Amino acid sequence: MDFLSEHQPEMLPGNRRLPATQGVLEAPHGTTIVAVTFPGGVVLAGDRRATMGNVIAQRDIEKVFPADEYSAVGIAGTAGLAVEMVKLFQLELEHFEKVEGAQLSLEGKANRLSTMIRSNLGMAMQGLAVVPLFAGYDLDREKGRIFSYDVTGGRSEEHNFAATGSGSIFARGAMKKLFRDDLTEEQATTLVVQALYDAADDDSATGGPDVARRIYPIITVITEDGFRRLTEGESSELSRAVLQRRLEEPDGPKAALL
Amino acid sequence: MSTPFYVSPQQAMADRAEYARKGIARGRSLVVLQYADGIVFVGENPSRALHKFSEIYDRIGFAAAGKYNEYENLRIGGVRYADLRGYTYDRDDVTARGLANVYAQTLGTIFSSAAEKPYEVELVVAEVGETPEGDQIYRLPHDGSIVDEHGSVAVGGNAEQISTYLDREHRDGMTLAEGLKLAVQALSREPNGTQREIPAERLEVAVLDRTRPQKRKFKRVVGRQLARLLEADGAATEAESAEEAEESGEE
Repeated sequence: MDFLSEHQPEMLPGNRRLPATQGVLEAPHGTTIVAVTFPGGVVLAGDRRATMGNVIAQRDIEKVFPADEYSAVGIAGTAGLAVEMVKLFQLELEHFEKVEGAQLSLEGKANRLSTMIRSNLGMAMQGLAVVPLFAGYDLDREKGRIFSYDVTGGRSEEHNFAATGSGSIFARGAMKKLFRDDLTEEQATTLVVQALYDAADDDSATGGPDVARRIYPIITVITEDGFRRLTEGESSELSRAVLQRRLEEPDGPKAALL
Repeated sequence: MSTPFYVSPQQAMADRAEYARKGIARGRSLVVLQYADGIVFVGENPSRALHKFSEIYDRIGFAAAGKYNEYENLRIGGVRYADLRGYTYDRDDVTARGLANVYAQTLGTIFSSAAEKPYEVELVVAEVGETPEGDQIYRLPHDGSIVDEHGSVAVGGNAEQISTYLDREHRDGMTLAEGLKLAVQALSREPNGTQREIPAERLEVAVLDRTRPQKRKFKRVVGRQLARLLEADGAATEAESAEEAEESGEE
């Protein structure tokens, strides 16, 4: 934000002097975020675990945030920095909308996030990387879109589905087998729960649904009507349904062989 | 060498005030008033691009009469102030009172600085509360004073006459349709006592609706929704406002 950098530069993440550190700094890290498009919108979801080395730092962290009315960000990487980045991103979108009287295009929002990640490169080199996943409903093209990033701020649009974080490889594998072009909103939300389950199954840093503590993934849906976060009840129902099936088939639904 | 004429400070200030008042009086008036579910802004505005009303923050709205470039400047300043406050501290720490104070300081400094011409603007800063008792409306005249208003307020050219009319007719707990109707009636009264017609497309209407589920309570009322509200009879307003709440919830 130009005004902020002139007025109070110390408020911006990129402008802080980094203390010299020895070895890897231990700070809570967020893990898996998944996104999938369906005709009419996009679903963005994340597990609830934050890890610090081999310790579970937090069981119920929230890693998916609305960016504005028609987009959302899911964060993987250093939790503290990522949350600040999201806060600043939300502020920028809202500020632009109020001053200009119109929303930024989805493309514009994605580019802005890219610049913000790049400004964190110094931290990323010291092991404090932030790698978000950005999803939104494009009002001009009338469809849901997903953007993924690398630590240097490189931006690429993903088609159909995407994942980021330590469990992303497993989640991507699951989504690859389950994705279809004609998913309904409900099927898409089930798909992300399946993908997160598989990620938690094979990645120790990703948390699965915690039935005992009633901690379930955060699932958000963005359509023409705007951003909506599934209620605790809806999310728990989806997770329980998936869990129930997994009791019979621990590896999840089987895809056709040929 | 010529000696400048002596002008007494009283005279200088009176001249500046006169200058600003005349500038404001050239613009069209606008009305801000409380209704049961919030605060409604109504004004006559032939332009659809240059707004008189705008969102400042979650619960705070801004209205201005006078010179566009001057109040636009103040508006952007206000948005920056609010966003910076909210980012540094918390969203709840941005209040209409704080914002009104900043505006008063700015306007006051400009008004009394000999180097600058006084701003020809009159502002209204309104904040919608959880209940009607929590609503706050501040009027800021050109000289940097703050007037705490209740119920209704009018600024701009014909403000005095409109205010008198509003004070007489406004009551607490009006529905949106009733409030809007009253505001339009007040705005369409000519100084000579006759009424003129203001078509819906020349009206700019916005609300701070406390029943909106989102954090940001500001919303422009345009097109079909505005036409429906203007047509609504006093009797049918109950159902109307329920529908209204639903509609804004969908967005």
